[in-house]
Amino acid sequence: MGGNIDLIFKIAGVGILVAVLHTILKHAGKEEQGHLVALAGIAIVFVWVVQLLGNLFDQVKSVFKLF
Amino acid sequence: MDVLQIVAIGLIATVLIVVVKSQRPEMALLLSIAAGVILFLLVLGKIGAIMDIIRDLADRAGISMVYLGTILKIVGIAYIAEFGAQICRDAGEGAVATKLEFAAKILIMVLAVPIVVAVLQALLKLTT
Repeated sequence: MGGNIDLIFKIAGVGILVAVLHTILKHAGKEEQGHLVALAGIAIVFVWVVQLLGNLFDQVKSVFKLF
Repeated sequence: MDVLQIVAIGLIATVLIVVVKSQRPEMALLLSIAAGVILFLLVLGKIGAIMDIIRDLADRAGISMVYLGTILKIVGIAYIAEFGAQICRDAGEGAVATKLEFAAKILIMVLAVPIVVAVLQALLKLTT
């Protein structure tokens, strides 16, 4: 359970970090790199969320005997 | 106290989503999906316990497992579809959410057809 809640903090941390990096890079005049950072952040978080969703679907399948 | 844990997770997730949303709305969406899945997983074990009890009761009452299994499958489809549709609607994609719900209704119809057929056959037997 503790590991689960960690994920929320991890995602929020990545989100804030990406937002800050995006702002800094934009002010430094490197807008396209800022967009790449944003994209990388989304990709990383998306992988975590998809793993979590897969876990959820597996559990729902086993609870409701959906095969 | 599971309630306290669940409410705490919900509040923490809400605060973090509000913080992130102004800068990165897509990250806020992923955060809300994660929070939803975690809350769902916390109660899923209890749902499983309830389902076991219902299955046990149905077994004792002599209800055919075919019908009960169908009902449980329908409940599962409804849960998952509702979950997905709410996330879509949260992100402002009401059209996708409506189509998702429609698809889930079709799948539920497919599962329910054998029961409907059984009811109709019973009725036909009564009339003849």
